[in-house]
Amino acid sequence: MKTPQTLEEFMAQALVMEREAAQRYNDLADAMEMHNNRDVAQMFRTMAGYEAKHAQAIMEEMNWVEVPGVPTGAWPAMEPPESVPNDEVHYLMHPWHALKLALAAEERAEAFFSELARLAGSDSVRRAALELRDEEAEHVSLVKAWLAKTPKPEGDWANDPDPPRYVD
Amino acid sequence: MNDMTHPAPLAPASFKSGTKPIWCPGCGDYSVLSSVTKALALLGKPPHEVAVVSGIGCSSRIPAYTSCYGFHGVHGRSLAAATGLKVARPDLTVLVAGGDGDGYSIGGNHFLHACRRNVDLTYIVMDNHVYGMTKGQASPTTEPDWDNKLSPGGTGVRSFHPLVIALASGANFVARAFAGDPNGTAEIIARGMRHPGFSFIEILSPCITFRPEQREWKNHVHPAAVEATDDAARAARRIMTDDGFNIGVLYAGGRTPYPTVMRGDSRAAVAALETEFEL
Repeated sequence: MKTPQTLEEFMAQALVMEREAAQRYNDLADAMEMHNNRDVAQMFRTMAGYEAKHAQAIMEEMNWVEVPGVPTGAWPAMEPPESVPNDEVHYLMHPWHALKLALAAEERAEAFFSELARLAGSDSVRRAALELRDEEAEHVSLVKAWLAKTPKPEGDWANDPDPPRYVD
Repeated sequence: MNDMTHPAPLAPASFKSGTKPIWCPGCGDYSVLSSVTKALALLGKPPHEVAVVSGIGCSSRIPAYTSCYGFHGVHGRSLAAATGLKVARPDLTVLVAGGDGDGYSIGGNHFLHACRRNVDLTYIVMDNHVYGMTKGQASPTTEPDWDNKLSPGGTGVRSFHPLVIALASGANFVARAFAGDPNGTAEIIARGMRHPGFSFIEILSPCITFRPEQREWKNHVHPAAVEATDDAARAARRIMTDDGFNIGVLYAGGRTPYPTVMRGDSRAAVAALETEFEL
Protein backbone atom coordinates (compact mmCIF):
# COMPACT_ATOMS: atom_id res chain seq x y z
CA MET A 1 0.00 0.00 0.00
CA LYS A 2 1.28 3.45 -0.95
CA THR A 3 1.19 5.82 2.01
CA PRO A 4 0.39 9.51 1.58
CA GLN A 5 3.36 11.82 2.05
CA THR A 6 1.57 15.14 2.51
CA LEU A 7 -1.57 16.30 4.28
CA GLU A 8 -3.18 17.02 0.89
CA GLU A 9 -2.50 13.49 -0.32
CA PHE A 10 -3.84 12.04 2.92
CA MET A 11 -7.02 14.10 2.83
CA ALA A 12 -7.54 13.23 -0.84
CA GLN A 13 -7.39 9.58 0.11
CA ALA A 14 -9.88 10.11 2.94
CA LEU A 15 -12.18 12.02 0.61
CA VAL A 16 -12.14 9.37 -2.11
CA MET A 17 -12.79 6.69 0.48
CA GLU A 18 -15.88 8.52 1.79
CA ARG A 19 -17.16 9.30 -1.70
CA GLU A 20 -16.79 5.73 -2.90
CA ALA A 21 -18.48 4.44 0.25
CA ALA A 22 -21.40 6.81 -0.36
CA GLN A 23 -21.64 5.76 -4.00
CA ARG A 24 -21.63 2.08 -3.07
CA TYR A 25 -24.38 2.58 -0.47
CA ASN A 26 -26.45 4.44 -3.06
CA ASP A 27 -25.90 1.67 -5.62
CA LEU A 28 -26.95 -0.94 -3.06
CA ALA A 29 -29.99 1.15 -2.13
CA ASP A 30 -30.96 1.29 -5.81
CA ALA A 31 -30.58 -2.48 -6.11
CA MET A 32 -32.74 -3.10 -3.06
CA GLU A 33 -35.41 -0.69 -4.29
CA MET A 34 -35.56 -2.57 -7.58
CA HIS A 35 -36.12 -5.78 -5.61
CA ASN A 36 -38.76 -4.17 -3.41
CA ASN A 37 -36.69 -4.51 -0.25
CA ARG A 38 -37.59 -1.03 0.90
CA ASP A 39 -36.43 -1.22 4.53
CA VAL A 40 -32.91 -2.20 3.54
CA ALA A 41 -32.91 0.30 0.67
CA GLN A 42 -33.75 3.04 3.18
CA MET A 43 -30.99 1.83 5.49
CA PHE A 44 -28.39 1.95 2.72
CA ARG A 45 -29.66 5.35 1.59
CA THR A 46 -29.25 6.70 5.12
CA MET A 47 -25.70 5.37 5.29
CA ALA A 48 -24.96 6.95 1.91
CA GLY A 49 -26.12 10.27 3.30
CA TYR A 50 -23.75 10.04 6.25
CA GLU A 51 -20.78 9.18 4.04
CA ALA A 52 -21.62 12.01 1.63
CA LYS A 53 -21.69 14.44 4.55
CA HIS A 54 -18.25 13.28 5.65
CA ALA A 55 -16.96 13.77 2.11
CA GLN A 56 -18.46 17.25 1.96
CA ALA A 57 -16.85 18.14 5.28
CA ILE A 58 -13.43 17.19 3.89
CA MET A 59 -14.03 19.23 0.73
CA GLU A 60 -14.88 22.26 2.85
CA GLU A 61 -12.01 21.76 5.26
CA MET A 62 -9.54 21.58 2.38
CA ASN A 63 -11.22 24.34 0.36
CA TRP A 64 -11.39 22.01 -2.64
CA VAL A 65 -13.80 22.65 -5.46
CA GLU A 66 -12.83 19.58 -7.47
CA VAL A 67 -12.24 16.07 -6.25
CA PRO A 68 -8.55 15.15 -6.48
CA GLY A 69 -7.47 11.69 -7.55
CA VAL A 70 -5.52 9.14 -5.59
CA PRO A 71 -2.68 7.02 -6.93
CA THR A 72 -3.06 3.38 -7.88
CA GLY A 73 -2.26 1.17 -4.91
CA ALA A 74 -3.58 3.61 -2.33
CA TRP A 75 -5.69 0.99 -0.58
CA PRO A 76 -4.76 -2.06 1.46
CA ALA A 77 -7.16 -4.20 -0.60
CA MET A 78 -8.83 -3.95 -4.01
CA GLU A 79 -11.37 -1.40 -2.85
CA PRO A 80 -11.29 1.52 -0.41
CA PRO A 81 -11.86 0.07 3.08
CA GLU A 82 -15.15 1.80 3.82
CA SER A 83 -16.94 0.46 0.74
CA VAL A 84 -19.33 -2.40 1.48
CA PRO A 85 -18.32 -5.31 -0.80
CA ASN A 86 -20.79 -5.58 -3.61
CA ASP A 87 -21.11 -9.36 -3.32
CA GLU A 88 -22.08 -9.44 0.35
CA VAL A 89 -25.70 -8.41 -0.10
CA HIS A 90 -28.77 -10.55 -0.66
CA TYR A 91 -32.14 -9.54 -2.08
CA LEU A 92 -33.93 -10.83 1.04
CA MET A 93 -31.53 -9.36 3.57
CA HIS A 94 -32.83 -7.45 6.59
CA PRO A 95 -31.81 -4.07 8.03
CA TRP A 96 -29.84 -6.01 10.66
CA HIS A 97 -27.66 -7.47 7.88
CA ALA A 98 -27.18 -4.04 6.35
CA LEU A 99 -26.01 -2.70 9.71
CA LYS A 100 -23.60 -5.62 10.12
CA LEU A 101 -22.07 -4.72 6.75
CA ALA A 102 -21.92 -1.05 7.74
CA LEU A 103 -20.26 -1.97 11.03
CA ALA A 104 -17.60 -4.01 9.25
CA ALA A 105 -16.99 -1.11 6.85
CA GLU A 106 -16.56 1.39 9.69
CA GLU A 107 -14.21 -0.97 11.50
CA ARG A 108 -12.09 -1.37 8.36
CA ALA A 109 -11.96 2.44 8.02
CA GLU A 110 -10.87 2.81 11.65
CA ALA A 111 -8.12 0.23 11.19
CA PHE A 112 -7.03 1.90 7.94
CA PHE A 113 -6.58 5.33 9.53
CA SER A 114 -4.88 3.75 12.50
CA GLU A 115 -2.38 2.12 10.14
CA LEU A 116 -1.81 5.36 8.23
CA ALA A 117 -1.16 7.15 11.52
CA ARG A 118 1.41 4.50 12.39
CA LEU A 119 3.12 4.81 9.01
CA ALA A 120 2.87 8.61 8.70
CA GLY A 121 6.10 10.36 7.78
CA SER A 122 5.03 13.77 9.08
CA ASP A 123 3.27 15.15 12.13
CA SER A 124 0.55 16.78 10.06
CA VAL A 125 -0.42 13.48 8.42
CA ARG A 126 -0.22 11.61 11.73
CA ARG A 127 -2.46 14.15 13.50
CA ALA A 128 -5.02 14.07 10.69
CA ALA A 129 -4.98 10.27 10.55
CA LEU A 130 -5.52 10.00 14.30
CA GLU A 131 -8.36 12.49 14.13
CA LEU A 132 -10.11 10.54 11.39
CA ARG A 133 -9.42 7.25 13.17
CA ASP A 134 -11.23 8.64 16.22
CA GLU A 135 -14.15 9.75 14.06
CA GLU A 136 -14.43 6.27 12.60
CA ALA A 137 -14.27 4.77 16.10
CA GLU A 138 -17.21 6.98 17.00
CA HIS A 139 -19.11 5.71 13.96
CA VAL A 140 -18.36 2.14 15.02
CA SER A 141 -19.96 2.87 18.40
CA LEU A 142 -22.99 4.50 16.78
CA VAL A 143 -23.58 1.59 14.40
CA LYS A 144 -23.19 -0.89 17.27
CA ALA A 145 -25.81 0.99 19.27
CA TRP A 146 -28.14 1.04 16.26
CA LEU A 147 -27.56 -2.66 15.68
CA ALA A 148 -28.44 -3.42 19.31
CA LYS A 149 -31.87 -1.85 18.75
CA THR A 150 -32.50 -3.67 15.46
CA PRO A 151 -34.20 -7.07 15.52
CA LYS A 152 -32.02 -9.95 14.42
CA PRO A 153 -33.79 -11.95 11.67
CA GLU A 154 -34.82 -15.58 12.06
CA GLY A 155 -32.52 -18.25 10.66
CA ASP A 156 -34.76 -18.85 7.63
CA TRP A 157 -34.63 -15.24 6.43
CA ALA A 158 -33.22 -16.27 3.03
CA ASN A 159 -35.95 -18.80 2.27
CA ASP A 160 -37.81 -17.83 -0.88
CA PRO A 161 -40.98 -19.79 -1.78
CA ASP A 162 -40.36 -18.86 -5.42
CA PRO A 163 -36.58 -19.01 -5.74
CA PRO A 164 -34.73 -17.83 -8.84
CA ARG A 165 -32.86 -21.13 -9.17
CA TYR A 166 -33.95 -24.73 -9.38
CA VAL A 167 -33.83 -26.58 -6.07
CA ASP A 168 -34.22 -30.26 -5.22
CA MET B 1 -5.94 7.16 -12.33
CA ASN B 2 -5.86 10.91 -12.78
CA ASP B 3 -3.16 12.57 -10.74
CA MET B 4 -3.51 15.13 -7.96
CA THR B 5 -3.15 18.20 -10.18
CA HIS B 6 -5.24 17.06 -13.15
CA PRO B 7 -8.66 15.95 -11.95
CA ALA B 8 -10.89 14.15 -14.43
CA PRO B 9 -12.95 16.72 -16.34
CA LEU B 10 -16.07 14.52 -16.19
CA ALA B 11 -17.28 12.61 -13.17
CA PRO B 12 -18.25 8.94 -13.48
CA ALA B 13 -21.80 9.93 -12.53
CA SER B 14 -22.04 11.86 -15.83
CA PHE B 15 -22.04 8.52 -17.64
CA LYS B 16 -24.88 6.95 -15.63
CA SER B 17 -28.43 7.10 -16.88
CA GLY B 18 -31.42 7.47 -14.59
CA THR B 19 -32.38 3.85 -15.23
CA LYS B 20 -31.61 1.63 -12.26
CA PRO B 21 -30.12 -1.81 -12.91
CA ILE B 22 -32.31 -4.83 -12.26
CA TRP B 23 -29.47 -7.29 -11.76
CA CYS B 24 -29.58 -9.51 -8.67
CA PRO B 25 -28.17 -7.66 -5.65
CA GLY B 26 -24.59 -8.85 -5.26
CA CYS B 27 -24.04 -9.41 -9.01
CA GLY B 28 -20.57 -8.52 -10.26
CA ASP B 29 -22.10 -6.57 -13.13
CA TYR B 30 -22.91 -3.66 -10.78
CA SER B 31 -19.19 -3.22 -10.22
CA VAL B 32 -18.47 -3.51 -13.93
CA LEU B 33 -20.98 -0.74 -14.61
CA SER B 34 -19.15 1.37 -12.05
CA SER B 35 -15.85 0.54 -13.77
CA VAL B 36 -17.23 1.50 -17.18
CA THR B 37 -18.37 4.90 -15.94
CA LYS B 38 -15.02 5.45 -14.22
CA ALA B 39 -13.13 4.43 -17.35
CA LEU B 40 -15.15 6.84 -19.48
CA ALA B 41 -14.45 9.60 -16.96
CA LEU B 42 -10.74 8.80 -17.17
CA LEU B 43 -10.91 9.04 -20.96
CA GLY B 44 -12.62 12.41 -20.66
CA LYS B 45 -14.90 11.82 -23.65
CA PRO B 46 -18.40 13.26 -23.21
CA PRO B 47 -21.27 10.74 -23.33
CA HIS B 48 -22.42 11.86 -26.78
CA GLU B 49 -19.08 10.78 -28.26
CA VAL B 50 -19.40 7.24 -26.93
CA ALA B 51 -21.65 4.36 -27.99
CA VAL B 52 -22.22 1.24 -25.88
CA VAL B 53 -23.37 -1.76 -27.91
CA SER B 54 -24.51 -5.08 -26.46
CA GLY B 55 -26.22 -8.36 -27.27
CA ILE B 56 -28.58 -10.30 -25.02
CA GLY B 57 -28.21 -11.46 -21.44
CA CYS B 58 -27.89 -10.02 -17.96
CA SER B 59 -24.70 -8.10 -18.69
CA SER B 60 -26.00 -6.92 -22.05
CA ARG B 61 -28.45 -4.66 -20.25
CA ILE B 62 -25.58 -2.28 -19.59
CA PRO B 63 -26.24 0.26 -22.41
CA ALA B 64 -29.49 1.28 -20.72
CA TYR B 65 -27.62 2.14 -17.57
CA THR B 66 -25.24 4.57 -19.24
CA SER B 67 -25.94 8.04 -20.60
CA CYS B 68 -23.99 7.30 -23.81
CA TYR B 69 -25.55 6.28 -27.09
CA GLY B 70 -26.65 2.69 -26.72
CA PHE B 71 -27.71 -0.25 -28.83
CA HIS B 72 -29.14 -3.34 -27.13
CA GLY B 73 -29.02 -5.65 -30.08
CA VAL B 74 -29.55 -9.22 -31.14
CA HIS B 75 -28.17 -12.20 -29.24
CA GLY B 76 -24.50 -12.72 -30.11
CA ARG B 77 -24.46 -9.98 -32.74
CA SER B 78 -23.17 -7.06 -30.70
CA LEU B 79 -19.78 -7.14 -32.43
CA ALA B 80 -21.36 -7.14 -35.88
CA ALA B 81 -23.48 -4.10 -35.02
CA ALA B 82 -20.54 -2.37 -33.34
CA THR B 83 -18.27 -3.03 -36.32
CA GLY B 84 -20.79 -1.42 -38.64
CA LEU B 85 -21.20 1.53 -36.32
CA LYS B 86 -17.48 2.13 -35.95
CA VAL B 87 -16.82 1.88 -39.67
CA ALA B 88 -19.68 4.26 -40.44
CA ARG B 89 -18.94 6.63 -37.57
CA PRO B 90 -15.24 6.43 -36.74
CA ASP B 91 -15.57 9.60 -34.69
CA LEU B 92 -17.47 7.65 -32.04
CA THR B 93 -15.71 5.67 -29.33
CA VAL B 94 -17.41 2.29 -29.37
CA LEU B 95 -17.55 0.04 -26.34
CA VAL B 96 -19.07 -3.41 -26.79
CA ALA B 97 -20.34 -5.36 -23.80
CA GLY B 98 -21.84 -8.76 -23.13
CA GLY B 99 -21.55 -12.05 -21.37
CA ASP B 100 -19.82 -15.37 -21.97
CA GLY B 101 -22.87 -17.07 -23.48
CA ASP B 102 -23.68 -14.17 -25.78
CA GLY B 103 -20.09 -13.61 -26.85
CA TYR B 104 -18.56 -17.06 -27.04
CA SER B 105 -21.48 -19.28 -27.99
CA ILE B 106 -24.18 -17.48 -29.95
CA GLY B 107 -21.67 -14.83 -30.99
CA GLY B 108 -18.59 -17.02 -31.17
CA ASN B 109 -18.13 -16.61 -34.89
CA HIS B 110 -18.43 -12.83 -34.68
CA PHE B 111 -15.88 -12.86 -31.86
CA LEU B 112 -13.28 -14.61 -34.04
CA HIS B 113 -13.74 -12.29 -36.96
CA ALA B 114 -13.89 -9.12 -34.88
CA CYS B 115 -10.48 -10.07 -33.47
CA ARG B 116 -9.25 -10.80 -37.00
CA ARG B 117 -10.54 -7.55 -38.51
CA ASN B 118 -9.03 -5.46 -35.73
CA VAL B 119 -11.54 -2.63 -35.95
CA ASP B 120 -10.93 -0.02 -33.25
CA LEU B 121 -13.43 -1.35 -30.68
CA THR B 122 -13.18 -2.32 -27.04
CA TYR B 123 -15.05 -5.51 -26.16
CA ILE B 124 -15.68 -6.33 -22.50
CA VAL B 125 -17.10 -9.71 -21.61
CA MET B 126 -18.57 -10.13 -18.15
CA ASP B 127 -17.72 -13.78 -17.71
CA ASN B 128 -19.55 -15.69 -14.97
CA HIS B 129 -19.33 -19.13 -16.58
CA VAL B 130 -23.12 -19.49 -16.74
CA TYR B 131 -26.24 -18.33 -18.57
CA GLY B 132 -27.79 -16.29 -15.76
CA MET B 133 -30.78 -14.70 -17.47
CA THR B 134 -32.18 -18.06 -18.57
CA LYS B 135 -31.77 -19.72 -15.15
CA GLY B 136 -28.32 -21.22 -14.99
CA GLN B 137 -27.45 -23.35 -18.01
CA ALA B 138 -23.81 -24.19 -18.70
CA SER B 139 -22.07 -21.71 -20.99
CA PRO B 140 -18.92 -22.12 -23.12
CA THR B 141 -16.68 -21.15 -20.18
CA THR B 142 -18.42 -23.40 -17.63
CA GLU B 143 -16.13 -25.99 -16.10
CA PRO B 144 -16.82 -29.48 -17.55
CA ASP B 145 -17.51 -30.94 -14.10
CA TRP B 146 -19.91 -28.24 -12.85
CA ASP B 147 -22.71 -30.35 -11.46
CA ASN B 148 -26.15 -28.78 -11.36
CA LYS B 149 -29.81 -29.51 -11.90
CA LEU B 150 -29.64 -28.64 -15.61
CA SER B 151 -26.46 -30.58 -16.41
CA PRO B 152 -26.21 -33.39 -13.83
CA GLY B 153 -22.61 -34.49 -13.35
CA GLY B 154 -21.45 -31.60 -15.52
CA THR B 155 -21.40 -31.27 -19.29
CA GLY B 156 -18.06 -33.04 -19.64
CA VAL B 157 -17.24 -30.54 -22.35
CA ARG B 158 -13.92 -28.72 -22.35
CA SER B 159 -14.14 -25.00 -21.48
CA PHE B 160 -13.62 -22.31 -24.09
CA HIS B 161 -10.42 -20.29 -23.54
CA PRO B 162 -11.38 -16.78 -24.68
CA LEU B 163 -8.09 -14.98 -24.08
CA VAL B 164 -6.02 -17.43 -26.11
CA ILE B 165 -8.62 -17.55 -28.86
CA ALA B 166 -8.68 -13.74 -29.00
CA LEU B 167 -4.92 -13.68 -29.24
CA ALA B 168 -4.76 -16.37 -31.90
CA SER B 169 -7.46 -14.60 -33.89
CA GLY B 170 -5.63 -11.27 -33.95
CA ALA B 171 -6.97 -9.12 -31.10
CA ASN B 172 -4.60 -6.22 -30.58
CA PHE B 173 -5.04 -5.90 -26.81
CA VAL B 174 -5.88 -8.72 -24.43
CA ALA B 175 -6.55 -8.30 -20.72
CA ARG B 176 -8.28 -9.95 -17.79
CA ALA B 177 -9.97 -7.99 -15.01
CA PHE B 178 -12.05 -8.74 -11.93
CA ALA B 179 -15.38 -7.11 -11.08
CA GLY B 180 -14.48 -6.95 -7.38
CA ASP B 181 -11.70 -4.52 -8.24
CA PRO B 182 -13.71 -1.70 -9.86
CA ASN B 183 -10.88 0.84 -9.89
CA GLY B 184 -8.37 -1.59 -11.34
CA THR B 185 -10.93 -2.72 -13.91
CA ALA B 186 -11.64 0.91 -14.84
CA GLU B 187 -7.97 1.47 -15.54
CA ILE B 188 -7.77 -1.64 -17.71
CA ILE B 189 -10.89 -0.64 -19.67
CA ALA B 190 -9.47 2.86 -20.19
CA ARG B 191 -6.18 1.37 -21.41
CA GLY B 192 -8.08 -0.89 -23.77
CA MET B 193 -10.09 2.03 -25.14
CA ARG B 194 -6.94 4.08 -25.70
CA HIS B 195 -5.18 1.21 -27.47
CA PRO B 196 -5.75 1.23 -31.25
CA GLY B 197 -7.51 -1.72 -32.83
CA PHE B 198 -9.62 -4.44 -31.26
CA SER B 199 -9.21 -4.62 -27.50
CA PHE B 200 -10.61 -7.60 -25.68
CA ILE B 201 -11.09 -7.56 -21.92
CA GLU B 202 -12.43 -10.56 -20.06
CA ILE B 203 -13.91 -9.45 -16.75
CA LEU B 204 -14.51 -12.17 -14.16
CA SER B 205 -17.92 -11.10 -12.85
CA PRO B 206 -19.42 -13.47 -10.27
CA CYS B 207 -23.01 -14.67 -10.61
CA ILE B 208 -24.01 -14.93 -6.96
CA THR B 209 -27.38 -16.51 -7.81
CA PHE B 210 -26.42 -19.48 -9.98
CA ARG B 211 -22.73 -19.73 -9.10
CA PRO B 212 -22.56 -18.56 -5.45
CA GLU B 213 -19.20 -20.31 -5.10
CA GLN B 214 -17.77 -17.58 -7.35
CA ARG B 215 -17.78 -15.28 -4.30
CA GLU B 216 -14.47 -17.03 -3.62
CA TRP B 217 -12.94 -15.51 -6.75
CA LYS B 218 -11.94 -12.46 -4.76
CA ASN B 219 -9.60 -14.71 -2.78
CA HIS B 220 -8.07 -16.20 -5.92
CA VAL B 221 -7.39 -13.22 -8.17
CA HIS B 222 -3.93 -11.69 -8.19
CA PRO B 223 -2.16 -9.07 -10.30
CA ALA B 224 -0.21 -10.31 -13.30
CA ALA B 225 3.37 -10.73 -12.19
CA VAL B 226 4.88 -9.11 -15.28
CA GLU B 227 4.01 -6.24 -17.58
CA ALA B 228 2.08 -6.72 -20.81
CA THR B 229 4.09 -8.03 -23.74
CA ASP B 230 3.79 -7.15 -27.43
CA ASP B 231 4.95 -10.64 -28.34
CA ALA B 232 1.86 -12.70 -29.12
CA ALA B 233 3.64 -16.04 -28.75
CA ARG B 234 4.94 -15.16 -25.31
CA ALA B 235 1.52 -13.85 -24.27
CA ALA B 236 -0.12 -17.07 -25.47
CA ARG B 237 2.27 -19.20 -23.46
CA ARG B 238 1.63 -17.12 -20.36
CA ILE B 239 -2.12 -17.21 -20.74
CA MET B 240 -2.20 -20.94 -21.50
CA THR B 241 -0.26 -21.73 -18.34
CA ASP B 242 -1.73 -19.26 -15.86
CA ASP B 243 -4.37 -20.16 -13.27
CA GLY B 244 -7.19 -18.15 -14.82
CA PHE B 245 -7.01 -15.52 -12.10
CA ASN B 246 -4.08 -13.50 -13.43
CA ILE B 247 -5.37 -9.90 -13.59
CA GLY B 248 -3.97 -7.18 -15.82
CA VAL B 249 -3.07 -6.30 -19.38
CA LEU B 250 -1.54 -9.45 -20.83
CA TYR B 251 -0.90 -8.40 -24.41
CA ALA B 252 -0.68 -5.04 -26.17
CA GLY B 253 0.18 -5.46 -29.82
CA GLY B 254 1.01 -3.14 -32.68
CA ARG B 255 -1.20 -4.34 -35.54
CA THR B 256 -2.60 -1.63 -37.74
CA PRO B 257 -6.35 -1.27 -37.09
CA TYR B 258 -8.94 -1.75 -39.83
CA PRO B 259 -9.22 1.61 -41.62
CA THR B 260 -12.27 3.59 -40.57
CA VAL B 261 -11.67 6.91 -42.23
CA MET B 262 -14.68 9.20 -42.33
CA ARG B 263 -15.51 9.74 -45.99
CA GLY B 264 -17.32 13.02 -46.43
CA ASP B 265 -20.54 13.94 -44.71
CA SER B 266 -22.02 10.83 -43.11
CA ARG B 267 -25.56 12.28 -43.18
CA ALA B 268 -25.25 12.89 -46.92
CA ALA B 269 -23.94 9.36 -47.37
CA VAL B 270 -26.91 7.90 -45.50
CA ALA B 271 -29.30 10.04 -47.54
CA ALA B 272 -27.70 8.80 -50.76
CA LEU B 273 -28.05 5.22 -49.57
CA GLU B 274 -31.72 5.72 -48.77
CA THR B 275 -32.24 7.15 -52.27
CA GLU B 276 -30.77 3.99 -53.79
CA PHE B 277 -33.32 1.88 -51.96
CA GLU B 278 -36.34 3.99 -52.88
CA LEU B 279 -39.02 2.05 -54.74
